[in-house]
Parts: sequence; C-alpha cells; structure tokens
Amino acid sequence: MTALRVANLDVRHGLLRAVRDVSFTVASGEVLALVGANGAGKTTLLRAIAGAHLPASGSVFLGDVDVSRVPAHQRVGKGIALVPEGRRLFAQMTVEENLLIGRVSGRSGDWNVDKVLEAFPNLVKRFRAKAGTLSGGEQQATAIGRALMSNPDILLLDEVSLGLSPLVVDRVYESLRGSMTVGTTIVLVEQDLSRALAVASRVVCMLEGSVVLEGQVADTSREKITEAYFGLHRSHQPPGAAA
Amino acid sequence: MMKTHVVERWTETARVTVIVCAVVLAVLALGPLVFGAGLVDRMTALFIYVILAAMWNALAGYGGLVSVGQQVFFGLGAYFAVRLANAGLDPFVSLVLGAGIVAAISLPLSAFMLRLRGGEFAIGMWVIAALAHLLVNLDTLVRGETGTSLIALNAYSAVARRDGIYWLALVAMVALLGALYGLLRSRTGAGIQAIRDDEAAAASLGVRIMRTKRILFVLAAFGAAMAGTLWLATAITFQPNAYFGVQWTAYMIFMVLVGGLGTFEGAILGAVIFFLIETWFGASGVWYLVGLGAAALVFALFLPRGLWGALDDRLQLRLLPVGYRLRESAGGKN
Amino acid sequence: MMNAIVQGVLLGGYYALIASGLSFMFSVMRIINLAHGSLAVFAAYLLFILADSYGISPFLGLLIVLPLMALLGWALQRFVLERAARAGLLVPILATFGLAIVVDNLLFEQFGADTRSLAPYIGDLSFNSWQITDDISVGQFAVLTFVAAVAVLTLLQVILSFTPLGRAIRATSEDADTVGLVGIDARKVNAIATAIALVTVGLAGAALGLRATFDPYAGEPQLLFAFEAAVIGGAGSVWGTLAGGIALALGQALGAEIAPQGFLIGGHVVFLVVLFARLFAPGSTFPAMLRRAVGRR
Repeated sequence: MTALRVANLDVRHGLLRAVRDVSFTVASGEVLALVGANGAGKTTLLRAIAGAHLPASGSVFLGDVDVSRVPAHQRVGKGIALVPEGRRLFAQMTVEENLLIGRVSGRSGDWNVDKVLEAFPNLVKRFRAKAGTLSGGEQQATAIGRALMSNPDILLLDEVSLGLSPLVVDRVYESLRGSMTVGTTIVLVEQDLSRALAVASRVVCMLEGSVVLEGQVADTSREKITEAYFGLHRSHQPPGAAA
Repeated sequence: MMKTHVVERWTETARVTVIVCAVVLAVLALGPLVFGAGLVDRMTALFIYVILAAMWNALAGYGGLVSVGQQVFFGLGAYFAVRLANAGLDPFVSLVLGAGIVAAISLPLSAFMLRLRGGEFAIGMWVIAALAHLLVNLDTLVRGETGTSLIALNAYSAVARRDGIYWLALVAMVALLGALYGLLRSRTGAGIQAIRDDEAAAASLGVRIMRTKRILFVLAAFGAAMAGTLWLATAITFQPNAYFGVQWTAYMIFMVLVGGLGTFEGAILGAVIFFLIETWFGASGVWYLVGLGAAALVFALFLPRGLWGALDDRLQLRLLPVGYRLRESAGGKN
Repeated sequence: MMNAIVQGVLLGGYYALIASGLSFMFSVMRIINLAHGSLAVFAAYLLFILADSYGISPFLGLLIVLPLMALLGWALQRFVLERAARAGLLVPILATFGLAIVVDNLLFEQFGADTRSLAPYIGDLSFNSWQITDDISVGQFAVLTFVAAVAVLTLLQVILSFTPLGRAIRATSEDADTVGLVGIDARKVNAIATAIALVTVGLAGAALGLRATFDPYAGEPQLLFAFEAAVIGGAGSVWGTLAGGIALALGQALGAEIAPQGFLIGGHVVFLVVLFARLFAPGSTFPAMLRRAVGRR
C-alpha cells in the first residue's frame, strides 16, 4: 500500500526552482533514504511534503488523499510529521513541554511521553530542563520525540546526524530503530551515505532539484549512488554545479 | 555574450530633475515679490510640512526608527525660541538658535534613547514628549496651557515679518533637504541605506550603526525643532498643547506613509499631498483626523512603501541620484 | 505619608491591570499595540452607553463588553496585526498608531469633549472606603481593582505556564514557522492571544471608568501608563508587572508631594530612571523585555 506519493512536484524559492518535477512513492512501512549533495533540494522537498512550503505545481498524496493544498498544521493531523533540519526546538520550553506540544494534533497511537523516554533514555534526566540547554544529541532526541508524539504514519527526518558526533548519531539511530520496527513509514535525509543505506530499503538520489537515481538499496551499489550524487553519470559537467 | 557594467550615480532623469529643482527654487525665492499675502503664508506652511516629513522620514525610513514623539523637538524648538526672544534676542535669530539648542539637547538624549528598539523606542519618545510638555508648562513665562507669544516679532512690519519668515522657511527647507541629500550621497549615506535595507548585514560590513543613527537622530531633531520655531513664527502664539500634541506625529506619519517611507522624493510628495488635503479639509475638525489616521492605517497595511514607492516599483523611477545604478556597457571584462 | 503610599499601591493595581494586556501582547507577538489605551477608553464608553441608555450596571455590562472585546481582539489580529507584522518590523507601530488616532477621534465625534464616569452607576461602591487606621482609609473600589489586577495577572501566568493553549502560545511566540510542523495553527493561536489581551484591556477600561473619569483622548495617557508600568516591572512575570505598576504610582505620589503639578512628572521620571539604570547597569536584573530591546543583534 502506498503511504506517500509525490507527483511532479515543483517547489520554488522565489525564482529558483529548488525541486524540479520530482516524483516517487513510498510504500507503507518502508524506509526511504533521500540523499544528495548540499543544495540538491532535499530539505525543500521534505518541507513541501510536510506542508511548510507550498509547491508551485505538482501534488503530494497521503495514501489516496491529495494534501497538496492542505496547510502544514493540518497535515500533522493527517499523519505526517517532520523533524526539521537543525532541530528547531522551542528553546525556552522544557523537554517535557516540547514533547507535550507534539500531542496537539490529537492523533491516537502507541507513542506517548513514557514511550519516547523509553526510546531515548538520555532524556529522562533532562526532562525538566529547557531545551536550549541540551546537548546536540539530546536536542535531536527531543526533536524526534516531539514528532513521534503526534503518532505519525509518515515520519520525515531531515539530517538528524548534522552537527553530532558519530557516537551520538549511533545512539540516535539505535533509538530510531524502535520506530522503524513499529512499521512507521520513514523518509530519511542523510548526508552520511553508509548510514543511510544501512537503514533504508529504498533510495532516491537528488541533484540540483531533480531525481537522478531511484531504486531498492539491494539492487543498486554504492558506486552507482556516488556517481549519481555527484552528477558523474552525466556526459558533461553542468555549469555551476551544486557546491 | 558577457555584458559589462559601469557604476554611475547620475542618470538622465536625475540630471533633468536637478535642473527642474533649481528652477523651482529660483521661482520660490522670488515668491514674496509676486505672491499675494495669503499665498505666501500657505507656501510657508508647505515648507514647514516638507521639513517635518523629510525629517521624520530620515529617522524612520532611513534609520529604521519610528518615533511617535518627534513633537518634543517641535515643541521645544518653539519654546526655546520664545524664551530667547523674551531674553532680548532678535526673533529671527531666536528661531534658528532655538532649534540649535534643541539639536544640542538631542545629542545626549540620543545616547539614551537609541538603546531602545522598535516599539519601545516609539513610545519611549512619546514619554519624553509628554514629560517635556509637562516641564514646559511649569515655566512661569508659559503659564501652563495659557501660553505666551512671540511678541518680539512685532518689531517688524507685517510684510517684513511674513516675507522674512517665508524666506527663512525656504532656506531652512532647502538646507535641511540639502543636508539630508548630502548625507545620503556620502559614505555615511551608503551606510544609512544599508541599515534601512538590512541592519544586521550592514553591521557585518562595518557600518557604524550607532554613529549613523545618532547623526540621523540629531538631524531629525534639529529639523523638527526648526519646523517648530517656524510654526511659532507664523502662529505667533505658543500654547504647549498645540505644539506638544501627538497630532504632529500623526501628520508626519501620514505624510511619510502616503508619500513613501524611505525614499527622498516620497517625503516631499507626501508633504505636498498633506498640504493639499489640509488646505481643502483642514477645517473639518475630527473627521479630518479620522481620515488621516485611517489613511495611515490603510497605507501601512496595503501600500507600506507609499505612492512614490509604488511608482518606483512600476517605473523604476528615481529622480534624485542618491543611489547607485548599474548600467550596461559594451566590451571589456567582467 | 503612609496614606499616600497605600493609595499609591492601590493605584499601582490599576496600572498593572492596564499594563498586563500590553506586555502580554508584546511577549507573545513582539507587537506593541499603540492603540492599547484608546481601546481601553473605547471599552469604557461601551459600558457607559450600556449604563446610560439601557440602565445596565457596568458590572453586568462587562458580560457584554468583554466578549465583544475578545471578538475585537480576534479581528484586530486577523485583519490588521497579522498583515502588519508580515510587512515589516515598523509597520505594526504605524498601523496601530493610525488605529489609535481613528478610535480617539471617532469617540470624540460620537461623544464630544465631555468627561464621563461610570462611578455614578455603581452606587456607594465608588466612594465607600474602609478605615484601616486613623490616617489611612482605602477605597473599596480601589481594593477591588487591585484584586482584579492580581487575579488577571495570575490567570494569564497560569494559562501560559500550565495549559495546552499557553504552551501553544509560547511555542508560537518562539518560532511561528515550526509550530505548524507540530500541528499548531499559528494564526489561530495569535488571534486567541490578542483576544485574551483585549479582554484585559476591556477590564482595564472598566476600572478606568469606575475609579476616575475619561474623555475621548484619555487613550494616550493610559497607553503611556501601561507602557511605563510594563517596562519598569519588566514584561514576562506576574509580579514584575504588578511591581512596575506600583512603582509608577508611587513615583507619581512622590511627584505630587514635591510639586502641585508633579504627579505625572513624578511617574515619567521614575520610568526614565529605571530605564536608565537597566540600560546602563547590567548588574541589575534584566527583565526579558528590555533584554530583547537592547540585546537583540
């Protein structure tokens, strides 16, 4: 069953086409890795799926429902949750409050404060601390926990490893594994290719806003993905390649 | 094909405008010799409005500082002028010197007030205005709201008075506009416009924000004070209520919002529009003020760049060379 | 002397009441509503109409006026402030100033220059007092206003700190973009916050009308009082705003002791002294509002 379908999505920043005619589907329970260099359009794509950024054209389907024109805060109620790039926690509010805020959409499900603390035990002793005082790993855990509190069908993760040390990232992914086995559909943007491929079953690679590679992780190789990542599969260097 | 660009300041339009301005000023200078008494008075009022608009715009449009209390300088200018004249100084000298005293006061005031931002600065200036009003009322010369008059002007004949004030107003307007113009064209001016567009970015480029704002603050204070002394000269009477009232800020905000916040030409346009409206509707009492407030509200919400800003967007109209333009030229390297 | 202090403290309650809405809106939406005072006067006039033309006691009248103020607050946010905030940092100041001018002068157009009062409509309460000691008597209404102020401030604090709405308001004020991602409608939250603020404004208008007189242009001084009390006390805490109101009133009382026209001057001077101290002596406690005013960028 298709959990998420993106069809011919075109997203702009002013005049710049950040996402060009992107289409792909994600099956229920699947983990999709969205990879690509900086500026490839991954964050914009995720934000468009979450509703934080309205597309210029194209559609986003949650199951069978067209949510393309639904504002972000209503999409959460329909089952999409985004853990944004840079965490974007409410720094003046405590961890507890950040988690409670995640409950606003009122969706029912397995996730609650206790379960989040179970999945991210490093938050237990920081429960009443202001989110702005947390370490990077703790902040990431809180951000993911906040998203999980809405019991999403589809969890979008934007660069959860950004700015974190490898050991901390290990811990974050370890905790994430919990939600992965529960059957949540996940779209994961990750700079670290090996990590992304280790957890994902499918991969989509973007370059300069377009999809340049798509397929099952099992069917493709690191080499092919790296080629696509850097645009080496093209016959010439495109002018002004992404930095 | 690669295009190269040359940075230039003067455009054809700008050249034409400056010539037109010079002609207009020459005509205005001859005013009292050709205009009737009533027109001379009205033109003086127009010059005062232009000063108020340009100075408020300097502070808000270029400095990013919205002050709801500029009437403090307007009132204090008039007050000091009355006091100086009362002490025996020639009334015309008092007018200019009074404004100068206010400018001097505004300098330490700026050290304090410029540490406030946004709404706090706006109302903070309003508090300063209210306090100044109360303090001026304490002066026995002023006798509370009864007020006093610039009777020293009676030393001059009515004609000499009217024409003298007209010319002083004209000179003041040109001087203040010229000072602002010169400021905008200078290095500080580039900094000012950078602040207007993006303060954080300007700071990172090394623009000295505080110093720049201070210059604008003092200039705006001096200008408002000059307008106040000129108004005193035309009205002769000084009643604190009439000078320290917040309606002056309402006028200034109207002129600048309708004309064009942050554009040199816009402030002048706004003053002219206000002048016309005031000429036709000024006697209508409260509906006039309601109209001004409503217009300010509507423009703030829907046309925040004012009429000039809208024109500028459509036609790329820049009459006066305060900015830089990129002009394409043929040949050469980028 | 003691009596002056007691009266000052009670008056401070009124100032805290009218300051509460202003600082609430500022801490939540970073907007200073220059029409704040004028809207309080507007509420006072509404109560006046209800009492004068329909014989409805001001206290009962509040049951009509407060919901109206809430609705007005919602509309104000949706149609004016939201738009203004999007257009830039300066625009809300300009727009609310224009609104203040419109409200003041429409009130003048409708009601004329006469000063009014709501005191005649509450009978004895407006002038009854309790004798505390030989020298000190406290007006019953003044005490009522003080209690109301504490109640309102406490309620605001409770809402913000302990309710889901309060959490939503705080989150929206921190990061209006990200709240959408957690399912909060930022526009709705801000509209509710403004509605709450205007309800406090309505209460303040009632207090103004009941304890003193008002005229169409009373909005300006009320705005300045609210602002000064909020800044002295430092926005963001119940007790801060109350302390600010009391400090302002005591300053005014002191000024009145010194000179006959010193009442208002005293208040302004206290305000400027406190402001000066906060801006130039970082050692003293930095309230959130001034920290934002000075420390940003």
